[in-house]
Amino acid sequence: MLQLDHLTLVEGSFRLQAHWSCDRGSRIAIMGPSGAGKSTLLSAIAGFFAPSEGRILWEGQDLGPIAPGDRPITILFQDQNLFPHLTVAQNLGLGLRPDLRLSPAELVRIDEALSRVGLASLGGRRPAQLSGGQASRAALARALLRARPILLLDEPFAALGPALRQEMLGLVREVADETGATVLMVTHDPADARALGGHLAFVADGTVAPPQPTEALLRDPPPALRAYLGEE
Amino acid sequence: MASRARPLGLAAPALAVLLLALVLAPLAMVGWRGAGLSLGPADWAAVRFSVTQAILSALFSTLLAIPVARALARRHFPGRGVLITLMGAPFLLPAVVAVLGLLAIFGRSGLLNSALDAIGLPTLSIYGLHGVVLAHVFLNLPLAVRMILQGWQAIPAERIRLARSLGFGPAETFRHLERPMLREVLPGVALVILVICLTSFAVVITLGGGPKATTIELAIYQAVRFEFDLGRAAGLAAVQVGVCALAALATWVVTRPTGFGAGLDRRLELDAPRGWRRWGDGMALTAVTLFLTLPLLAVAARGLPGLFDLPASVLPAAGRSILVALVSTALTTAIALTLALASAVRTRPLIEAAASLPLATSGLVLGTGLFLIVQPVAPPMTLALPVTILVNCALTLPYLYRILLPETRALHADFGRLADSLSLTGWPRLRWLILPRLARPLGFGAGVAAALSMGDLGVIALFAGENQATLPLVVAQLTGAYRMEAAAAAALILVTLSFALFWACDAGGRRAAA
Amino acid sequence: MQKQLLAAGLLFNALPALAETPVLTVLTYDSFTSEWGPGPAIEKAFEASCACDLQFIPSGDGAALLARVQLEGAASDADIVLGLDTSLTSAAAATQLFAPHGKNPTVNLPVEFTDPLFLPFDWGWFAFVFDKTKTAEAPKSFESLAASDLKIVIQDPRSSTPGLGLLLWVKAAYGDRAPEIWTALADNIVTVTPGWSEAYGLFLEGEADMVLSYTTSPAYHLIAESDDTKSAAIFDEGHYMQIEVAGKLAATDQPELADKFLDFMLTEAFQSVIPQTNWMYPAVTPAVGLPEGFDTFKPAKSLLLGPEDALATRHAALGEWQAALAR
Repeated sequence: MLQLDHLTLVEGSFRLQAHWSCDRGSRIAIMGPSGAGKSTLLSAIAGFFAPSEGRILWEGQDLGPIAPGDRPITILFQDQNLFPHLTVAQNLGLGLRPDLRLSPAELVRIDEALSRVGLASLGGRRPAQLSGGQASRAALARALLRARPILLLDEPFAALGPALRQEMLGLVREVADETGATVLMVTHDPADARALGGHLAFVADGTVAPPQPTEALLRDPPPALRAYLGEE
Repeated sequence: MASRARPLGLAAPALAVLLLALVLAPLAMVGWRGAGLSLGPADWAAVRFSVTQAILSALFSTLLAIPVARALARRHFPGRGVLITLMGAPFLLPAVVAVLGLLAIFGRSGLLNSALDAIGLPTLSIYGLHGVVLAHVFLNLPLAVRMILQGWQAIPAERIRLARSLGFGPAETFRHLERPMLREVLPGVALVILVICLTSFAVVITLGGGPKATTIELAIYQAVRFEFDLGRAAGLAAVQVGVCALAALATWVVTRPTGFGAGLDRRLELDAPRGWRRWGDGMALTAVTLFLTLPLLAVAARGLPGLFDLPASVLPAAGRSILVALVSTALTTAIALTLALASAVRTRPLIEAAASLPLATSGLVLGTGLFLIVQPVAPPMTLALPVTILVNCALTLPYLYRILLPETRALHADFGRLADSLSLTGWPRLRWLILPRLARPLGFGAGVAAALSMGDLGVIALFAGENQATLPLVVAQLTGAYRMEAAAAAALILVTLSFALFWACDAGGRRAAA
Repeated sequence: MQKQLLAAGLLFNALPALAETPVLTVLTYDSFTSEWGPGPAIEKAFEASCACDLQFIPSGDGAALLARVQLEGAASDADIVLGLDTSLTSAAAATQLFAPHGKNPTVNLPVEFTDPLFLPFDWGWFAFVFDKTKTAEAPKSFESLAASDLKIVIQDPRSSTPGLGLLLWVKAAYGDRAPEIWTALADNIVTVTPGWSEAYGLFLEGEADMVLSYTTSPAYHLIAESDDTKSAAIFDEGHYMQIEVAGKLAATDQPELADKFLDFMLTEAFQSVIPQTNWMYPAVTPAVGLPEGFDTFKPAKSLLLGPEDALATRHAALGEWQAALAR
């Protein structure tokens, strides 16, 4: 279970509060106006932003003192998910062993992961030689290899076209199914939220509302969400 | 946040404190032995002249470097790589060798005045403030070009693509891409050069033309050597450190990070504008090539005749110098990288001070103070080479730190979170992230450090015993004994070796980065 | 890294000689100990007779030498300091670190020189050196030099012993008229260098017609380079002298050996090495006589301020020099 326990994030005059929890294996889309603090929330969970108050717990354990890389988390950023000076295979390898001393078995796993996301035979390329969609696939392949219980997605597919984005979301679901991960995904598009399935947490006025079932919430949105979605 | 990179977090401040101690303890020791700091009006005149010429030298070196760096960044021509490598050469020349090279061109009987005389024009004198500035520009402009060029190359291709797609002309490119880059890079470049010139000694006196051109360092020499007034020496050294600290402070205030963000290492060069700008770039490159190569050729021409008639002591001295340079460089590179990585997250005054102050210290005071500290413990001559290495380390660190800092900052901003999220810490982080991403500046910086350690007289003069002379000391001994031809040849060997070390590191870094 | 440092230390630091042989340590200036200086021959000759190990510690030039003696104080490992000159001996005596030598040797100096602490080993006259093929007529005095168009390069008296020598030369020759001479010389001075070697280098490169050096400088070119174009201008008002001396440190742990060395210093074996390695006049003219060229430029009059006078005059003379040349 992921718990946000009286969490308060402060950055200058900006304040964001959250106090809710979700079960293991949940799929939660996080929506809200620009600047509402969606990315800040993910940063805090990933360990890049220290909360002013409250705690973040996973299965009852406080994540506060744990370094980002040691948290049970994989995060995909908006961009820069791959190191440009390393090959795609090496980028994936970092997910298994940061020192890249990979055993033959691990190399096989990397190949499998690449095939799994449709990048077979591209392991030797540098990120600059990949298309945007391919780069996202590579990052997802690494998430697959790391198989951490929490997968945070900070609009990693925002730059992709609608069809490609749907494809990626399908891939995310598959990865999540395979690893049993709890997914938190920041998005602007209700269609993405629906495609992810599960719940939706709306961020507005300095508060991250507790997640509600997505379909139900979108069918009958509260006024703030309605305004955000542009429905009158 | 505090949980990350803990070992580094402790190592950097510890190193910074050690460095500060290495610089300030000798100064304090000299002041203590001299019982207080005392300065007279002549000393303040020296301070004024030192600061004036240093500011002018830094200003001209930095400003003139901009068009050259830009031309190198956006033009391709045969010999471009050679020219960029050559940029390392003048900086590595021992001051006296550089002065003689410059005089062969700009001196009373130099090339320029002979030509002027031949066509009936009045000749020009190099002696005076303008000569001092000219020599400092010759020595430091190439360093400035290299540091600024790195800034140009660091503009991400994505940003250049955006500029192209928006149809930016040269003027808009300058406003939105080049100006912010320069704003970040120039203050640091100017600071380094200002401080180098502040402590410059032989160049200033030789070309200054008279006692007006008195520097702080000369006053320190006088105080230590003729008057044995250690209090005055320490006072002057403290003023020098103070001026440097002020300059560093000013640099922090005006430096602004670009916030360009990361790219994907795609190779995309800035557009090379046509028309008059093409001619402008061509002229900048031609002028700088002539300005740099002619004196260098003169140095080579002076050294060649004596090359086959060198005293036997040159060879072991060269070996000693290379060893000192290699050990110093390895040590300095490791320390500078540690400090620059620690400063990447946010500016840390302690580290900034430790990495800038050594530049401003007087070599003589540093040597004298270390001598006073070492002497009760061990005979100084048994520690000649270790002390030389240590001092080289302190004195070359500021260059490396300045070269690395913008790069470690960019690295942290671009890939810090990704690396953290992947638990990329310790050795793997160094091996798979830091070294490959910083190979280019590390190679360049190590090259500069190696060559400087090679050429620096440092404190060895005070510590060296029998058969411990390094190559620069042998050069000094030869010139002190009428043997100017042999000295010129030994100096040529020194310069060639320095340059070879510089080239090996620099090219190695570029290859590793490619 | 520590291993490397250690290795560097072991490789290059002469380990102390074995305990049985007594070691005599002589602190001297760099160029004395270099391969082409007097050091190697003198070391060989002395060690042949002393059953000891003679070690030279090089330490910059004459002025740096005195600074080093003062830095080390009584803790110094050195037994002898060799290479101070007469403009420094007063300050050196004031340190009270030197012991009387108690000797009264016969030396061939153009002036009377006796000092309880220091013995001379060589000497020379300062002079302006020029190239005969470029400068047909040399000036005969500071005044005619000042009146000419000749360009000279000199050394800074604040960082160099010849520079200080020139300052004392003008003062000894002209007394209160010194500022006037400097003012008149100002337009002849191309530049002032930190040390002798920079000035001499500039002169050889053709940057100046004349350089402040020694009357023996042309002899170097004649003997070592078979070049007879260099000459020294002889001034009617006389030439200032530099006498180089050696003294025994009071704290020496080898007093007998040190005395033995000071005796040896004025013997043929030491003195005959001096002319063609140090390019100065030996304090005792060797039996074989002086090499070619050493008799060519001999001033009629020698000038020298006593050690106390030199020290007392220096400050005022330096002030006058700075004021006159600041223009």
